[in-house]
Amino acid sequence: MGRDVIVFAEVKNESLRNVSFEVLSAAKRIHDGGKITAVLFGDQPDSFADQLTSYGADEVLSVNHEQLESYTTDAYTQAFISIIEDKNPEVILMPHTASCKDFAPRLAAHLSCGLITDCTDVNIESGNIVFTRPIYAGKAFQKREVIEGKIFATIRPNNIPSRDIDNSRTTKIEEMKVDIKDIRTVVKEVVQKASDGVDLSEAKIIVSGGRGVKTAEGFEPLKELADVLGAAVGASRGACDAEYCDYSLQIGQTGKVVTPDLYIACGISGAIQHLAGMSNSKIIVAINKDPEAPIFDIADFGIVGDLFEVVPMLTEQFKQIINKQAS
Amino acid sequence: MNLIVCLKQTFDTEEKVNIENGKVSEDGAKFIINPYDEYALEEAIRLKERFGGEVTAVTIGTDQAESALRTALAMGADKAVLVNDERLFGDEFTTSKVLAAVVKDKDYDLILSGYMSVDNGGGQSGLRLAEELDIPHVNAITKLEVQDNQVVVERDVEGDIEVIESNLPILITAQQGLNEPRYPSLPGIMKAKRKPIEELKAEDLAVDLDQIGSKTKIIDQVLPPKRQEGRILQGEINEQVNELVQLLQGEVNFNG
Repeated sequence: MGRDVIVFAEVKNESLRNVSFEVLSAAKRIHDGGKITAVLFGDQPDSFADQLTSYGADEVLSVNHEQLESYTTDAYTQAFISIIEDKNPEVILMPHTASCKDFAPRLAAHLSCGLITDCTDVNIESGNIVFTRPIYAGKAFQKREVIEGKIFATIRPNNIPSRDIDNSRTTKIEEMKVDIKDIRTVVKEVVQKASDGVDLSEAKIIVSGGRGVKTAEGFEPLKELADVLGAAVGASRGACDAEYCDYSLQIGQTGKVVTPDLYIACGISGAIQHLAGMSNSKIIVAINKDPEAPIFDIADFGIVGDLFEVVPMLTEQFKQIINKQAS
Repeated sequence: MNLIVCLKQTFDTEEKVNIENGKVSEDGAKFIINPYDEYALEEAIRLKERFGGEVTAVTIGTDQAESALRTALAMGADKAVLVNDERLFGDEFTTSKVLAAVVKDKDYDLILSGYMSVDNGGGQSGLRLAEELDIPHVNAITKLEVQDNQVVVERDVEGDIEVIESNLPILITAQQGLNEPRYPSLPGIMKAKRKPIEELKAEDLAVDLDQIGSKTKIIDQVLPPKRQEGRILQGEINEQVNELVQLLQGEVNFNG
Protein backbone atom coordinates (compact mmCIF):
# COMPACT_ATOMS: atom_id res chain seq x y z
CA MET A 1 0.00 0.00 0.00
CA GLY A 2 2.34 2.66 1.27
CA ARG A 3 1.76 6.25 2.20
CA ASP A 4 1.80 9.04 -0.35
CA VAL A 5 3.92 11.92 0.91
CA ILE A 6 3.94 15.57 -0.17
CA VAL A 7 7.22 17.32 0.56
CA PHE A 8 7.68 21.06 0.27
CA ALA A 9 10.99 21.91 -1.40
CA GLU A 10 11.96 25.41 -0.38
CA VAL A 11 13.98 27.74 -2.59
CA LYS A 12 15.99 30.60 -1.14
CA ASN A 13 18.37 32.95 -2.95
CA GLU A 14 17.84 31.08 -6.20
CA SER A 15 18.85 27.68 -4.92
CA LEU A 16 17.15 24.78 -3.19
CA ARG A 17 17.67 24.89 0.54
CA ASN A 18 19.59 21.93 1.91
CA VAL A 19 16.84 21.18 4.37
CA SER A 20 14.61 20.28 1.40
CA PHE A 21 16.81 17.20 0.84
CA GLU A 22 16.68 16.40 4.54
CA VAL A 23 12.89 16.49 4.42
CA LEU A 24 12.99 14.10 1.44
CA SER A 25 15.16 11.81 3.53
CA ALA A 26 12.53 11.92 6.30
CA ALA A 27 9.86 11.07 3.71
CA LYS A 28 11.89 8.07 2.54
CA ARG A 29 11.92 6.69 6.08
CA ILE A 30 8.17 6.60 6.39
CA HIS A 31 6.60 6.34 2.90
CA ASP A 32 6.52 2.54 2.94
CA GLY A 33 6.44 2.40 -0.86
CA GLY A 34 4.01 5.28 -1.33
CA LYS A 35 4.70 8.05 -3.82
CA ILE A 36 6.91 10.93 -2.70
CA THR A 37 6.02 14.18 -4.44
CA ALA A 38 8.19 17.26 -4.03
CA VAL A 39 6.36 20.56 -4.44
CA LEU A 40 8.22 23.47 -6.04
CA PHE A 41 6.73 26.97 -6.08
CA GLY A 42 7.56 29.57 -8.70
CA ASP A 43 9.33 29.42 -12.05
CA GLN A 44 12.32 27.27 -11.16
CA PRO A 45 14.99 25.74 -13.41
CA ASP A 46 14.63 22.08 -14.41
CA SER A 47 17.86 21.33 -12.60
CA PHE A 48 16.00 21.78 -9.31
CA ALA A 49 13.61 18.98 -10.27
CA ASP A 50 16.58 16.78 -11.17
CA GLN A 51 18.20 17.51 -7.85
CA LEU A 52 15.03 16.68 -5.93
CA THR A 53 14.68 13.45 -7.87
CA SER A 54 18.24 12.40 -7.16
CA TYR A 55 17.60 12.98 -3.45
CA GLY A 56 14.53 10.76 -3.41
CA ALA A 57 11.47 12.46 -4.94
CA ASP A 58 9.39 10.20 -7.23
CA GLU A 59 7.74 13.19 -8.84
CA VAL A 60 8.08 16.94 -8.80
CA LEU A 61 4.96 19.07 -8.73
CA SER A 62 5.73 22.44 -10.25
CA VAL A 63 3.28 25.14 -9.22
CA ASN A 64 3.91 28.38 -11.01
CA HIS A 65 1.91 31.49 -10.28
CA GLU A 66 3.11 35.08 -10.10
CA GLN A 67 1.93 35.28 -6.49
CA LEU A 68 4.24 32.39 -5.57
CA GLU A 69 7.42 34.10 -6.76
CA SER A 70 7.95 35.47 -3.27
CA TYR A 71 6.45 34.43 0.02
CA THR A 72 3.16 35.63 1.42
CA THR A 73 1.11 33.72 3.96
CA ASP A 74 -2.09 33.81 1.95
CA ALA A 75 -0.60 32.81 -1.40
CA TYR A 76 1.33 29.87 0.00
CA THR A 77 -1.56 28.70 2.17
CA GLN A 78 -4.07 28.89 -0.68
CA ALA A 79 -1.75 27.12 -3.11
CA PHE A 80 -1.08 24.34 -0.63
CA ILE A 81 -4.77 23.89 0.14
CA SER A 82 -5.37 23.30 -3.60
CA ILE A 83 -2.51 20.81 -3.76
CA ILE A 84 -3.65 18.84 -0.73
CA GLU A 85 -7.26 18.79 -1.94
CA ASP A 86 -6.11 17.54 -5.33
CA LYS A 87 -3.50 14.98 -4.25
CA ASN A 88 -4.96 13.96 -0.90
CA PRO A 89 -1.67 12.64 0.50
CA GLU A 90 -1.52 10.79 3.79
CA VAL A 91 1.62 12.62 4.87
CA ILE A 92 2.77 16.26 4.48
CA LEU A 93 6.35 17.16 5.38
CA MET A 94 7.93 20.62 5.29
CA PRO A 95 11.16 22.22 6.43
CA HIS A 96 10.93 24.09 9.72
CA THR A 97 11.92 27.42 8.18
CA ALA A 98 10.55 30.95 8.59
CA SER A 99 8.09 30.49 5.71
CA CYS A 100 6.80 27.08 6.69
CA LYS A 101 6.60 28.03 10.38
CA ASP A 102 4.36 30.85 9.15
CA PHE A 103 1.89 29.00 6.96
CA ALA A 104 2.00 25.34 8.11
CA PRO A 105 -0.12 25.97 11.25
CA ARG A 106 -2.72 27.85 9.17
CA LEU A 107 -2.80 25.06 6.64
CA ALA A 108 -3.20 22.48 9.43
CA ALA A 109 -6.07 24.48 10.90
CA HIS A 110 -7.73 24.69 7.50
CA LEU A 111 -7.35 20.93 7.00
CA SER A 112 -8.50 20.28 10.59
CA CYS A 113 -5.47 18.13 11.16
CA GLY A 114 -2.68 17.82 13.68
CA LEU A 115 0.78 19.23 13.10
CA ILE A 116 4.01 18.25 14.79
CA THR A 117 6.53 21.06 14.35
CA ASP A 118 10.31 21.32 14.63
CA CYS A 119 11.09 17.59 14.45
CA THR A 120 14.68 16.44 14.76
CA ASP A 121 14.01 12.78 14.01
CA VAL A 122 11.35 10.49 12.58
CA ASN A 123 11.15 6.72 12.67
CA ILE A 124 8.69 3.87 12.41
CA GLU A 125 8.18 2.33 15.85
CA SER A 126 5.82 -0.67 16.19
CA GLY A 127 4.24 0.27 12.88
CA ASN A 128 3.57 3.88 13.90
CA ILE A 129 5.29 7.00 12.66
CA VAL A 130 6.99 8.56 15.66
CA PHE A 131 8.41 12.07 15.54
CA THR A 132 11.02 13.33 17.98
CA ARG A 133 11.17 17.02 18.76
CA PRO A 134 12.92 19.18 21.34
CA ILE A 135 10.93 20.80 24.12
CA TYR A 136 12.15 23.50 26.50
CA ALA A 137 14.48 24.49 23.64
CA GLY A 138 16.34 21.20 23.86
CA LYS A 139 16.47 20.73 27.61
CA ALA A 140 14.33 17.66 26.88
CA PHE A 141 12.90 15.74 23.93
CA GLN A 142 9.39 14.63 23.17
CA LYS A 143 8.21 11.67 21.11
CA ARG A 144 4.91 12.32 19.48
CA GLU A 145 2.60 10.69 16.95
CA VAL A 146 -0.49 11.63 15.02
CA ILE A 147 -3.57 9.76 16.20
CA GLU A 148 -6.16 11.06 13.78
CA GLY A 149 -6.19 12.50 10.28
CA LYS A 150 -3.31 13.49 8.06
CA ILE A 151 0.24 13.19 9.27
CA PHE A 152 1.74 16.66 9.03
CA ALA A 153 5.14 17.66 10.39
CA THR A 154 7.90 20.22 9.93
CA ILE A 155 11.54 19.10 10.07
CA ARG A 156 14.30 21.15 11.67
CA PRO A 157 17.33 21.82 9.45
CA ASN A 158 20.63 20.05 10.13
CA ASN A 159 19.24 17.02 11.94
CA ILE A 160 18.03 14.28 9.60
CA PRO A 161 20.88 13.58 7.17
CA SER A 162 20.00 13.80 3.49
CA ARG A 163 20.44 10.60 1.45
CA ASP A 164 23.24 9.91 -0.98
CA ILE A 165 22.55 11.28 -4.43
CA ASP A 166 21.17 8.75 -6.89
CA ASN A 167 21.56 10.14 -10.41
CA SER A 168 20.09 7.08 -12.10
CA ARG A 169 16.54 8.16 -11.30
CA THR A 170 14.40 9.72 -14.02
CA THR A 171 12.84 13.08 -13.32
CA LYS A 172 9.07 13.36 -13.67
CA ILE A 173 7.55 16.81 -13.57
CA GLU A 174 3.88 17.57 -13.29
CA GLU A 175 2.70 21.12 -13.71
CA MET A 176 -0.24 22.29 -11.69
CA LYS A 177 -2.30 25.46 -11.84
CA VAL A 178 -3.70 27.07 -8.74
CA ASP A 179 -6.03 29.97 -8.09
CA ILE A 180 -4.86 32.58 -5.65
CA LYS A 181 -7.34 35.14 -4.40
CA ASP A 182 -6.79 38.16 -2.21
CA ILE A 183 -3.51 38.60 -0.36
CA ARG A 184 -4.27 40.23 2.98
CA THR A 185 -0.70 40.86 4.15
CA VAL A 186 1.47 42.66 1.62
CA VAL A 187 5.26 42.59 1.83
CA LYS A 188 6.39 46.17 1.10
CA GLU A 189 10.09 45.75 1.59
CA VAL A 190 12.72 43.26 2.68
CA VAL A 191 15.61 44.71 4.64
CA GLN A 192 18.53 42.33 4.39
CA LYS A 193 20.29 42.42 7.70
CA ALA A 194 21.63 38.89 7.60
CA SER A 195 23.09 39.27 4.11
CA ASP A 196 26.66 39.66 5.30
CA GLY A 197 26.45 36.37 7.13
CA VAL A 198 25.14 32.83 6.95
CA ASP A 199 21.69 32.01 8.31
CA LEU A 200 21.95 30.70 11.88
CA SER A 201 19.39 27.91 11.60
CA GLU A 202 21.12 26.17 8.72
CA ALA A 203 24.73 27.08 9.54
CA LYS A 204 27.16 24.19 9.85
CA ILE A 205 29.51 26.30 11.94
CA ILE A 206 28.59 29.08 14.37
CA VAL A 207 30.94 31.52 16.09
CA SER A 208 29.10 33.01 19.02
CA GLY A 209 29.90 35.83 21.42
CA GLY A 210 28.80 36.68 24.95
CA ARG A 211 29.33 39.46 27.45
CA GLY A 212 33.06 38.75 27.17
CA VAL A 213 33.19 40.56 23.80
CA LYS A 214 32.69 43.75 25.86
CA THR A 215 31.56 46.07 23.05
CA ALA A 216 29.87 46.00 19.65
CA GLU A 217 33.35 46.32 18.09
CA GLY A 218 34.36 43.28 20.14
CA PHE A 219 32.37 41.17 17.69
CA GLU A 220 34.81 42.04 14.87
CA PRO A 221 37.37 39.28 15.58
CA LEU A 222 34.47 36.80 15.79
CA LYS A 223 33.15 37.98 12.42
CA GLU A 224 36.61 37.58 10.90
CA LEU A 225 36.83 34.00 12.17
CA ALA A 226 33.31 33.33 10.89
CA ASP A 227 34.21 34.72 7.46
CA VAL A 228 37.19 32.40 7.18
CA LEU A 229 35.13 29.37 8.24
CA GLY A 230 32.01 30.27 6.23
CA ALA A 231 30.26 30.34 9.57
CA ALA A 232 27.32 32.30 10.98
CA VAL A 233 27.72 34.67 13.92
CA GLY A 234 25.54 34.19 16.99
CA ALA A 235 25.32 35.71 20.43
CA SER A 236 24.18 35.07 23.97
CA ARG A 237 21.36 36.98 25.62
CA GLY A 238 23.94 38.84 27.69
CA ALA A 239 25.56 40.25 24.55
CA CYS A 240 22.17 41.20 23.06
CA ASP A 241 20.89 42.79 26.29
CA ALA A 242 24.10 44.81 26.50
CA GLU A 243 23.38 45.94 22.90
CA TYR A 244 26.63 44.61 21.48
CA CYS A 245 24.56 43.07 18.70
CA ASP A 246 21.04 42.64 17.32
CA TYR A 247 18.49 40.35 18.98
CA SER A 248 18.20 38.44 15.73
CA LEU A 249 21.55 36.84 16.61
CA GLN A 250 20.45 35.58 20.02
CA ILE A 251 20.82 31.88 20.67
CA GLY A 252 19.03 30.33 23.62
CA GLN A 253 15.66 29.38 25.01
CA THR A 254 14.50 32.82 23.99
CA GLY A 255 16.13 33.34 20.63
CA LYS A 256 17.24 30.71 18.18
CA VAL A 257 17.90 27.07 18.87
CA VAL A 258 20.79 25.76 16.81
CA THR A 259 22.47 22.43 16.15
CA PRO A 260 25.53 23.10 13.99
CA ASP A 261 28.43 20.69 13.47
CA LEU A 262 30.68 23.11 15.32
CA TYR A 263 29.79 25.77 17.86
CA ILE A 264 32.55 28.10 19.03
CA ALA A 265 31.46 29.99 22.17
CA CYS A 266 33.62 33.05 22.82
CA GLY A 267 33.31 34.89 26.11
CA ILE A 268 30.03 33.13 26.90
CA SER A 269 29.64 31.98 30.50
CA GLY A 270 26.89 29.48 29.73
CA ALA A 271 23.65 30.45 31.47
CA ILE A 272 21.07 27.65 31.44
CA GLN A 273 18.88 29.50 28.99
CA HIS A 274 21.78 29.86 26.54
CA LEU A 275 22.87 26.23 26.90
CA ALA A 276 19.32 25.17 26.00
CA GLY A 277 19.72 26.79 22.61
CA MET A 278 23.03 25.21 21.61
CA SER A 279 23.92 22.20 23.73
CA ASN A 280 22.78 19.78 21.03
CA SER A 281 25.48 21.05 18.67
CA LYS A 282 27.77 18.26 17.52
CA ILE A 283 31.06 19.78 18.71
CA ILE A 284 31.28 22.63 21.17
CA VAL A 285 34.41 24.72 21.69
CA ALA A 286 34.50 27.18 24.58
CA ILE A 287 36.89 30.09 24.93
CA ASN A 288 36.57 31.93 28.22
CA LYS A 289 38.81 33.68 30.73
CA ASP A 290 36.97 32.15 33.68
CA PRO A 291 37.91 28.48 34.19
CA GLU A 292 34.80 28.05 36.33
CA ALA A 293 32.38 29.16 33.58
CA PRO A 294 29.57 26.58 33.16
CA ILE A 295 30.11 26.57 29.39
CA PHE A 296 33.17 24.34 30.01
CA ASP A 297 30.89 21.66 31.49
CA ILE A 298 29.34 21.00 28.10
CA ALA A 299 32.27 21.91 25.84
CA ASP A 300 34.18 19.18 24.03
CA PHE A 301 37.26 21.36 23.91
CA GLY A 302 37.98 24.34 26.10
CA ILE A 303 40.60 27.05 26.09
CA VAL A 304 40.92 29.12 29.24
CA GLY A 305 42.12 32.44 27.91
CA ASP A 306 41.33 35.86 26.53
CA LEU A 307 39.14 35.61 23.43
CA PHE A 308 40.84 38.70 21.95
CA GLU A 309 44.09 36.76 21.98
CA VAL A 310 42.75 33.30 21.08
CA VAL A 311 40.22 34.11 18.34
CA PRO A 312 42.63 36.02 16.01
CA MET A 313 45.13 33.15 16.37
CA LEU A 314 42.43 30.67 15.40
CA THR A 315 41.48 32.82 12.42
CA GLU A 316 45.10 32.92 11.24
CA GLN A 317 45.55 29.15 11.56
CA PHE A 318 42.33 28.30 9.77
CA LYS A 319 43.14 30.79 7.02
CA GLN A 320 46.39 28.97 6.33
CA ILE A 321 44.76 25.53 6.33
CA ILE A 322 41.92 26.56 4.06
CA ASN A 323 44.28 28.35 1.65
CA LYS A 324 46.40 25.21 1.53
CA GLN A 325 43.36 23.07 0.76
CA ALA A 326 42.31 25.44 -1.97
CA SER A 327 45.68 25.48 -3.71
CA MET B 1 -9.13 49.83 20.34
CA ASN B 2 -9.90 46.41 21.75
CA LEU B 3 -7.01 44.05 22.17
CA ILE B 4 -6.92 40.40 23.10
CA VAL B 5 -3.74 38.77 24.30
CA CYS B 6 -3.46 34.98 24.32
CA LEU B 7 -0.82 33.91 26.79
CA LYS B 8 0.51 30.81 28.44
CA GLN B 9 2.15 30.15 31.76
CA THR B 10 5.53 28.42 31.38
CA PHE B 11 8.58 27.35 33.33
CA ASP B 12 11.10 30.07 34.03
CA THR B 13 13.82 29.76 31.38
CA GLU B 14 16.49 29.52 34.06
CA GLU B 15 14.89 26.31 35.40
CA LYS B 16 16.49 22.94 34.79
CA VAL B 17 14.15 20.33 33.39
CA ASN B 18 13.70 17.01 35.18
CA ILE B 19 11.72 14.10 33.79
CA GLU B 20 9.77 11.65 35.95
CA ASN B 21 7.85 8.77 34.37
CA GLY B 22 7.99 10.33 30.92
CA LYS B 23 6.68 13.66 32.15
CA VAL B 24 8.38 16.92 32.97
CA SER B 25 8.42 17.33 36.74
CA GLU B 26 6.95 20.62 37.92
CA ASP B 27 8.09 20.20 41.52
CA GLY B 28 9.36 23.45 42.92
CA ALA B 29 9.59 25.08 39.50
CA LYS B 30 9.09 28.80 39.17
CA PHE B 31 6.40 29.77 36.66
CA ILE B 32 6.30 32.88 34.52
CA ILE B 33 4.33 34.27 31.60
CA ASN B 34 5.88 32.79 28.47
CA PRO B 35 8.45 35.49 27.54
CA TYR B 36 7.16 35.88 23.95
CA ASP B 37 3.60 36.27 25.24
CA GLU B 38 4.91 38.93 27.60
CA TYR B 39 6.13 40.96 24.61
CA ALA B 40 2.64 40.59 23.11
CA LEU B 41 1.05 41.74 26.35
CA GLU B 42 3.37 44.73 26.68
CA GLU B 43 2.61 45.78 23.10
CA ALA B 44 -1.13 45.52 23.72
CA ILE B 45 -0.89 47.66 26.85
CA ARG B 46 1.12 50.32 24.99
CA LEU B 47 -1.48 50.42 22.21
CA LYS B 48 -4.25 50.81 24.77
CA GLU B 49 -2.36 53.62 26.48
CA ARG B 50 -2.08 55.38 23.14
CA PHE B 51 -5.45 54.73 21.54
CA GLY B 52 -7.68 53.86 24.48
CA GLY B 53 -9.83 50.74 24.63
CA GLU B 54 -9.37 47.56 26.55
CA VAL B 55 -6.88 44.71 26.91
CA THR B 56 -8.21 41.23 27.67
CA ALA B 57 -5.74 38.50 28.60
CA VAL B 58 -6.82 34.94 27.83
CA THR B 59 -5.21 31.72 28.97
CA ILE B 60 -6.00 28.03 29.17
CA GLY B 61 -4.76 26.28 32.27
CA THR B 62 -5.36 25.05 35.80
CA ASP B 63 -5.86 27.13 38.96
CA GLN B 64 -2.14 27.77 38.94
CA ALA B 65 -2.41 29.80 35.71
CA GLU B 66 -4.40 32.43 37.59
CA SER B 67 -1.14 33.92 38.83
CA ALA B 68 -0.05 34.58 35.23
CA LEU B 69 -3.31 36.43 34.64
CA ARG B 70 -2.86 38.43 37.85
CA THR B 71 0.55 39.51 36.57
CA ALA B 72 -1.01 40.50 33.26
CA LEU B 73 -3.65 42.54 35.08
CA ALA B 74 -0.97 44.14 37.25
CA MET B 75 0.98 45.13 34.14
CA GLY B 76 -2.08 46.86 32.75
CA ALA B 77 -4.55 44.41 31.23
CA ASP B 78 -8.16 45.28 32.05
CA LYS B 79 -9.82 41.87 32.04
CA ALA B 80 -8.75 38.27 32.09
CA VAL B 81 -10.25 34.96 31.03
CA LEU B 82 -9.13 31.61 32.42
CA VAL B 83 -10.33 28.50 30.63
CA ASN B 84 -9.99 26.00 33.44
CA ASP B 85 -11.43 22.68 32.34
CA GLU B 86 -9.43 19.51 31.71
CA ARG B 87 -11.77 18.52 28.91
CA LEU B 88 -10.50 21.55 27.01
CA PHE B 89 -6.80 20.80 27.44
CA GLY B 90 -5.05 19.19 24.50
CA ASP B 91 -2.62 19.72 21.65
CA GLU B 92 -2.38 22.81 19.43
CA PHE B 93 -5.47 21.76 17.46
CA THR B 94 -7.55 21.67 20.64
CA THR B 95 -6.02 24.84 22.07
CA SER B 96 -6.78 26.91 18.97
CA LYS B 97 -10.37 25.59 18.78
CA VAL B 98 -10.91 26.58 22.42
CA LEU B 99 -9.27 29.99 21.99
CA ALA B 100 -11.43 30.60 18.92
CA ALA B 101 -14.56 29.77 20.93
CA VAL B 102 -13.49 32.25 23.63
CA VAL B 103 -12.54 35.06 21.25
CA LYS B 104 -15.28 34.69 18.62
CA ASP B 105 -17.97 36.59 20.49
CA LYS B 106 -15.68 39.31 21.72
CA ASP B 107 -15.24 42.65 20.06
CA TYR B 108 -11.60 42.88 18.97
CA ASP B 109 -9.41 44.88 16.61
CA LEU B 110 -6.13 43.14 17.25
CA ILE B 111 -5.19 39.78 18.75
CA LEU B 112 -1.65 39.35 20.04
CA SER B 113 0.31 36.34 21.17
CA GLY B 114 3.88 35.13 21.44
CA TYR B 115 5.34 33.54 18.33
CA MET B 116 6.06 30.42 20.33
CA SER B 117 6.14 29.13 23.86
CA VAL B 118 9.48 28.40 25.48
CA ASP B 119 8.22 25.06 26.83
CA ASN B 120 6.46 23.18 24.04
CA GLY B 121 7.83 25.42 21.30
CA GLY B 122 5.17 24.46 18.77
CA GLY B 123 4.58 27.94 17.39
CA GLN B 124 1.13 26.94 16.22
CA SER B 125 -1.75 28.01 18.43
CA GLY B 126 -1.77 31.72 17.52
CA LEU B 127 -1.57 31.13 13.77
CA ARG B 128 -4.20 28.39 13.91
CA LEU B 129 -6.43 30.79 15.84
CA ALA B 130 -6.13 33.36 13.03
CA GLU B 131 -7.26 30.73 10.52
CA GLU B 132 -10.14 29.65 12.79
CA LEU B 133 -11.28 33.28 12.94
CA ASP B 134 -10.59 33.84 9.24
CA ILE B 135 -8.42 36.89 9.86
CA PRO B 136 -4.87 37.49 8.55
CA HIS B 137 -1.80 37.16 10.71
CA VAL B 138 1.81 38.29 10.76
CA ASN B 139 4.21 36.01 12.57
CA ALA B 140 7.30 36.87 14.64
CA ILE B 141 7.08 40.64 14.54
CA THR B 142 9.66 43.05 15.93
CA LYS B 143 7.82 46.33 15.26
CA LEU B 144 4.19 47.35 15.06
CA GLU B 145 2.56 50.59 13.95
CA VAL B 146 -1.17 51.12 13.85
CA GLN B 147 -2.83 54.03 12.07
CA ASP B 148 -6.61 54.08 11.76
CA ASN B 149 -7.44 50.76 10.23
CA GLN B 150 -3.99 50.07 8.85
CA VAL B 151 -1.07 48.21 10.41
CA VAL B 152 2.56 48.27 9.34
CA VAL B 153 4.73 45.61 10.93
CA GLU B 154 8.27 44.40 10.72
CA ARG B 155 8.73 40.67 10.80
CA ASP B 156 11.89 38.73 11.57
CA VAL B 157 12.69 36.30 8.75
CA GLU B 158 15.80 34.39 9.64
CA GLY B 159 17.62 37.58 10.48
CA ASP B 160 16.24 39.68 7.62
CA ILE B 161 13.34 42.08 8.14
CA GLU B 162 10.15 42.04 6.11
CA VAL B 163 8.03 45.18 6.20
CA ILE B 164 4.39 44.14 5.89
CA GLU B 165 1.18 46.13 5.50
CA SER B 166 -2.25 44.89 6.40
CA ASN B 167 -5.53 45.92 7.95
CA LEU B 168 -7.37 45.36 11.19
CA PRO B 169 -8.61 43.02 12.45
CA ILE B 170 -5.43 40.98 12.44
CA LEU B 171 -3.50 38.60 14.67
CA ILE B 172 0.17 39.22 15.30
CA THR B 173 2.72 37.10 17.15
CA ALA B 174 5.57 38.74 19.01
CA GLN B 175 9.25 38.04 18.54
CA GLN B 176 12.00 39.22 20.85
CA GLY B 177 13.01 42.81 20.14
CA LEU B 178 9.40 44.07 19.83
CA ASN B 179 9.62 45.89 23.17
CA GLU B 180 10.95 45.70 26.69
CA PRO B 181 8.12 44.49 28.97
CA ARG B 182 7.50 46.57 32.08
CA TYR B 183 7.52 45.25 35.61
CA PRO B 184 4.17 45.47 37.38
CA SER B 185 4.07 48.55 39.63
CA LEU B 186 2.89 48.35 43.22
CA PRO B 187 -0.33 50.30 42.50
CA GLY B 188 -0.75 48.04 39.47
CA ILE B 189 -0.52 44.97 41.68
CA MET B 190 -3.04 46.43 44.13
CA LYS B 191 -5.45 47.33 41.33
CA ALA B 192 -5.08 43.90 39.75
CA LYS B 193 -6.57 42.31 42.85
CA ARG B 194 -9.86 44.02 42.12
CA LYS B 195 -9.94 43.32 38.40
CA PRO B 196 -12.19 40.48 37.25
CA ILE B 197 -10.96 37.07 36.08
CA GLU B 198 -13.67 35.23 34.21
CA GLU B 199 -13.42 31.46 34.60
CA LEU B 200 -14.85 29.36 31.79
CA LYS B 201 -15.80 25.68 31.44
CA ALA B 202 -16.77 23.69 28.36
CA GLU B 203 -20.45 24.45 29.00
CA ASP B 204 -19.75 28.18 28.75
CA LEU B 205 -18.30 27.86 25.26
CA ALA B 206 -19.80 26.91 21.93
CA VAL B 207 -17.61 23.84 21.49
CA ASP B 208 -18.49 20.28 20.61
CA LEU B 209 -16.20 18.20 22.83
CA ASP B 210 -16.30 15.31 20.34
CA GLN B 211 -14.87 17.55 17.63
CA ILE B 212 -11.98 19.22 19.41
CA GLY B 213 -9.96 16.32 20.80
CA SER B 214 -6.20 16.26 20.23
CA LYS B 215 -4.98 15.05 16.84
CA THR B 216 -1.57 14.13 18.19
CA LYS B 217 -0.33 12.28 21.22
CA ILE B 218 2.83 12.53 23.30
CA ILE B 219 4.26 9.04 23.73
CA ASP B 220 7.32 9.84 25.78
CA GLN B 221 9.53 12.65 27.03
CA VAL B 222 13.20 12.12 27.72
CA LEU B 223 16.29 14.09 28.62
CA PRO B 224 18.90 14.55 25.89
CA PRO B 225 21.81 12.13 25.96
CA LYS B 226 24.58 13.33 28.28
CA ARG B 227 27.49 14.94 26.49
CA GLN B 228 30.81 13.20 26.80
CA GLU B 229 33.21 14.77 29.23
CA GLY B 230 35.14 17.51 27.46
CA ARG B 231 38.78 18.53 27.66
CA ILE B 232 40.32 21.76 28.79
CA LEU B 233 43.45 22.19 26.67
CA GLN B 234 46.76 22.85 28.41
CA GLY B 235 50.03 24.65 27.65
CA GLU B 236 50.84 28.04 26.16
CA ILE B 237 47.93 29.71 24.37
CA ASN B 238 49.49 29.27 20.92
CA GLU B 239 50.05 25.56 21.63
CA GLN B 240 46.45 25.24 22.71
CA VAL B 241 45.26 26.94 19.54
CA ASN B 242 47.44 24.60 17.43
CA GLU B 243 46.05 21.58 19.21
CA LEU B 244 42.47 22.77 18.87
CA VAL B 245 42.83 23.31 15.14
CA GLN B 246 44.32 19.81 14.77
CA LEU B 247 41.50 18.26 16.79
CA LEU B 248 38.81 20.06 14.81
CA GLN B 249 40.33 19.20 11.45
CA GLY B 250 39.59 15.54 12.08
CA GLU B 251 35.98 16.24 13.06
CA VAL B 252 34.60 19.07 10.98
CA ASN B 253 34.44 19.66 7.25
CA PHE B 254 35.81 23.14 6.60
CA ASN B 255 35.13 23.14 2.90
CA GLY B 256 31.70 24.60 3.36
